[in-house]
Amino acid sequence: MTNLILSIDAGTIDWSRAQFALTAIYHWLFVPLTLGLAVIMGFAETIYYKKRTSFWKETTQFWQRLFGVNFAMGVATGIILEFEFGTNWSNYSWFVGDIFGAPLAIEGIVAFFMESTFVAVMFFGWKKVSAGFHLASTWLTGAGATISAWWILVANSWMQYPVGCNFNPDTMRNEMTSFFDVALSPFAIDKFCHTVISSWIIGAVFVVAVSCWFLLKKRHICMAVQSIRIAVVVGLFAALGAGLTGHKSGQTIAQVQPMKLAAMEALYEGGTEQGLKIVEGIEIPYGLSMMATNTLDGYVPGINNLLNGYIKNDGTIEPSADEKIQRGKIAIQALADYRKAKADDADEATLAEHLALLETNYQYFGYGYVKDKKDLIPPIFLNFWAFRIMVGLGCLFILFFGLIFILIYDIPYLSLICRRLLSAIGLLPETASDKASGADAMPQWLCWAAIIMVPLAYLASESGWLVAEFGRQPWTIQDMLPTWVAVSDLQSSSIITTFFIFLILFTTMLAIEINILIKQIKKGPAL
Amino acid sequence: MTYTFLQHYWCFIVSLLGAILVFLLFVQGANSIIFSLGTTEQERRLLVNSTGRKWEFTFTTLVTFGGAFFASYPLFYSTSFGGAYWLWMFILFSFVLQAVSYEFQNKIGNIIGAKTFQFFLVLNGIVGPLLLGGAVATFFEGSNFIVEKSNLINDYAITPVISRWTNASHGLDALLNPWVLTFGLAVLFLARTLGILYVRNNVANDDIQQRSHKQLLINATIFVVLFVVYLVHLLTKDGYAFDDSGVIFIEQYKYFHNAIDMWYLTLVLLIGVVFVLWGIASDYFKDSKCGIWFAGIGTVLTVTPLLLLSAWNHTAYYPSTTDLQSSLTLENSCSSYFTLNTMFWVSLLVPFVLAYIVYAWRKIDSKKIDLDEIEKDHHAY
Repeated sequence: MTNLILSIDAGTIDWSRAQFALTAIYHWLFVPLTLGLAVIMGFAETIYYKKRTSFWKETTQFWQRLFGVNFAMGVATGIILEFEFGTNWSNYSWFVGDIFGAPLAIEGIVAFFMESTFVAVMFFGWKKVSAGFHLASTWLTGAGATISAWWILVANSWMQYPVGCNFNPDTMRNEMTSFFDVALSPFAIDKFCHTVISSWIIGAVFVVAVSCWFLLKKRHICMAVQSIRIAVVVGLFAALGAGLTGHKSGQTIAQVQPMKLAAMEALYEGGTEQGLKIVEGIEIPYGLSMMATNTLDGYVPGINNLLNGYIKNDGTIEPSADEKIQRGKIAIQALADYRKAKADDADEATLAEHLALLETNYQYFGYGYVKDKKDLIPPIFLNFWAFRIMVGLGCLFILFFGLIFILIYDIPYLSLICRRLLSAIGLLPETASDKASGADAMPQWLCWAAIIMVPLAYLASESGWLVAEFGRQPWTIQDMLPTWVAVSDLQSSSIITTFFIFLILFTTMLAIEINILIKQIKKGPAL
Repeated sequence: MTYTFLQHYWCFIVSLLGAILVFLLFVQGANSIIFSLGTTEQERRLLVNSTGRKWEFTFTTLVTFGGAFFASYPLFYSTSFGGAYWLWMFILFSFVLQAVSYEFQNKIGNIIGAKTFQFFLVLNGIVGPLLLGGAVATFFEGSNFIVEKSNLINDYAITPVISRWTNASHGLDALLNPWVLTFGLAVLFLARTLGILYVRNNVANDDIQQRSHKQLLINATIFVVLFVVYLVHLLTKDGYAFDDSGVIFIEQYKYFHNAIDMWYLTLVLLIGVVFVLWGIASDYFKDSKCGIWFAGIGTVLTVTPLLLLSAWNHTAYYPSTTDLQSSLTLENSCSSYFTLNTMFWVSLLVPFVLAYIVYAWRKIDSKKIDLDEIEKDHHAY
């Protein structure tokens, strides 16, 4: 295998990864706001549909204008991602295209057309269709975006946890055996729930922040307060939901991607009764064991255990990385022998022998391409801190939305307690009334905090993806195909060129988008 | 359903999506001549708003076309996209620029000016159809690649990558082939013709109508000439066939034989051509303003069988000019029976999708777009 691996230009692999990461990171700047704003403007228009006042119409249209500016960039960056599977990951496209292509095609047929058809009605149909049809179009635009997220997350989840497939030695690829195992894999369900719900946080933070800016400027106060009232409900629900679904995702990762969990925790030597690190040196006793196994004394493997082998909680033995690499090489050799024997018209018994050897070891096929077991360790520093940033900010969002919810809805008793606590620590003047609602309920510092939350929400969201993707390294498909065998046969110079074209293009467009958004916000709704 | 049926069925679906995409390139076609059709800022804005209500359909169809190709013929996806890297990248760059050009160009805060984004629309309007047409032409003309599945497990292979392009141009070499260029230009001028017909149907502005009438004749004439030239070339050229054991060989007049053997496709193609010509003629001579519908339906009826001629009837649809046996056929490049069968059931949703697109389209286009509407529309581009 040495010759095979050395023949791939390291620059091609690294720049292919960098280009995909770049486009994915940019894409994910726009998609969560689309998903989150879709829900909030859907609620706003539903209220308009019931009340039929110009106030709610203008409020809805204001958020839809901001949605439109952001939506275009999501579409522009999304098309690149789909085609990059082919352009930069040619081997991947054949090796698992039988499984991976289907969710992408369904996404196009079912979700993209729904989104693109009804978004046009949403933008241009106010005077051309009935209020009911327009409302339906607004919700269907959001539904299209969410269904799209479902299918692309099904595809991504399959890369993390490949199920519902078998390797076919004649076609040299993996083939789907159960559509439902792929589409409804527990990993996909967890990922969808966590990703979509956490996207609503970004939508909610954005709306609260923009509304708070209006409160600070003392403009469009009624629109701002009403928008906060909608967004904070969505945001609080989403922040709590993201916590729950995140916990569930963590448990799934512990089962199917223990190396990712070990990297997230920078856990080198595992064991029972493992604590969950807050930061190095401070930990919640038993926390990690509880999170990973639902028991206080459950065994959680560390990086060294995963490399050297260990006994799992169910008593079975997990082989060492060396053994997996060895068995992977056996699988690859058995496949080569099988294909040679078949080309030479060998007898059935010989073919069956090679096949049996391949099947016994196929579980570790991808390991056969690994030269050094250290290559199996994902980047620790990045995973460790990205995970903490995501979780830490997630907790902050619960407090943030919880506080605004209590204050703006003036929740009996809780509002009083919060206001007195804030007074006690100097965040509200001592003379402040025990009762306040609407704009008066939002102290100035909280409005500024809301604005600061916008970049933090994006940071949390991107950190989540960094954990998901860097934690899977070096695998393109977990245990099946490492990145260095998944690439296209391209010169690194070509990819470097396109990388910088994308970087310049997307950064310029992002700058323009932010500028347009700021100007649109300053202009405000036509109230 | 047999495996062979599903392979041919999915070829039909992909061809149909490709044909619908060619029709929807009217957005690009109209954008490519916005400076000819609209001489003032207001007129250009009118044109941009007219195509701007449809650009998402083109974009989505392109993405779905790619997704369907990936799901049904992953070896094509892997070989063409991974090999003809630069060809596809230029197509993608132009579509990325287009996607933001509508939304950004007339918004306050656009720091690079409306003209820049109009230039991007023109660029996409020319590059998109030309290169997509060029990419389609390689289905008949061939490309420089080798497919060797054993590379993945062969210790002595030059690379573990299964599909390799055999020159460093990575797809741009296709444009050196005059026939690829001819077909690409034919698609570009078809898109422009369709774009003009769409504008005539959709925009209420006398000056634009007058200019579009003149432009229609020029662009339609160039399209017809290029299309006829390529069609004659196609029917007289050698093609790539394969026998029952999968061995690929050169067959003289292969596409002509296909046109005879699959007479029903030829018939549909000819009906399509008549529709396109009728659409152009009725709009030019009778000023019907409905030419886009005839020409649009005609485009779908023409392009679908044209693409099928490249793949059905034991034809290698993505021929390799480097290594004949590496050429892709429906049989050697398709997904498994299970996947094609599963996707078959999903494809039954397509008529439903088309129905709501038509319904929404009719609602939005119930009245021709004019300057008054744009000025009163909060979301106008």
